[in-house]
Amino acid sequence: MRFAIIQFPASNCDQDCVHAARVLGHHAECVWHKETALNNPDAVIIPGGFSYGDYLRCGAIARFSPVMQAVRQFAEAGGLVIGICNGFQILCEAGLLPGALVRNRDLQFHCEQVLLRVGNRHTPFTCQVPPDRLLKIPIAHGEGCYFADEPTLARLEAGGRILWQYCDVNGELTDRANPNGSLLNIAGICNENRNVAGLMPHPDRACEDILGSTDGRLILDSMVHTIEQARALPRAS
Amino acid sequence: MKAKIIITPKKAVLDPQGKTVQNALEHMGCQGVAAVHVGKYIEIEMAPDADCAQARQALEQACHRFLSNPIIEDYTIALE
Repeated sequence: MRFAIIQFPASNCDQDCVHAARVLGHHAECVWHKETALNNPDAVIIPGGFSYGDYLRCGAIARFSPVMQAVRQFAEAGGLVIGICNGFQILCEAGLLPGALVRNRDLQFHCEQVLLRVGNRHTPFTCQVPPDRLLKIPIAHGEGCYFADEPTLARLEAGGRILWQYCDVNGELTDRANPNGSLLNIAGICNENRNVAGLMPHPDRACEDILGSTDGRLILDSMVHTIEQARALPRAS
Repeated sequence: MKAKIIITPKKAVLDPQGKTVQNALEHMGCQGVAAVHVGKYIEIEMAPDADCAQARQALEQACHRFLSNPIIEDYTIALE
């Protein structure tokens, strides 16, 4: 498996993603934001960080980088793209995912482990998560409060596109378990075609026991499994 | 010609910054404040020979596509 990790000025989790992919036995290659081609990866990761210093709005400037045109084409062709933290913000700003991420309701930067309930296990990003399994994955953000208008939220719910929600130890979507004020406790979503996803928590920081959790592997493993399944299918002539 | 652009959070969006500033105003004794909304102000200087109508059209597009996020923000443009 070959992951392309997109690097913007002030991305700071690009090496976390490279490390996570390699720990899982995959190949990872960084792609600088000025590139116009992705070099045929199997999947794309837009990592966390503070692209362009979070100037104007988080992710607002990164979406105009040349590489985003290649990412858009890759996504439109059905390629798997996941945006983590700032990567989620960038995908929303680029219009590849609906909604927006705004300032945490308590104005605090939250850096902590959270629990996530998986809303739909039939997607390329969640298919390897065992039933009823809650994921323990860290967050580290100041602007992760998910907002979308009512019709958009209704479409996300109806389409099974709310993939991860902040929950308590019982899997309940309580207000207390919501670290940032996200509507419907949303931590991550996917697009209509289910090949582009974004989430505020960092699966890249939860792939080794020494980091306190290996639940992030389940998300990357889901992507790998999906791609391997697609490869195994006989090609239509 | 100068464009003065004011960007404010939409009413439906949580504005914890505005709320916090409102609380602080109350703490410092500023009375009669009903609500505070914290936004952004952007000043753009246009080329001296820029056409006013064309500039407005370009700025509208810039505000809609880039300078504001229409999902969470409103904007106003004043040209002078």
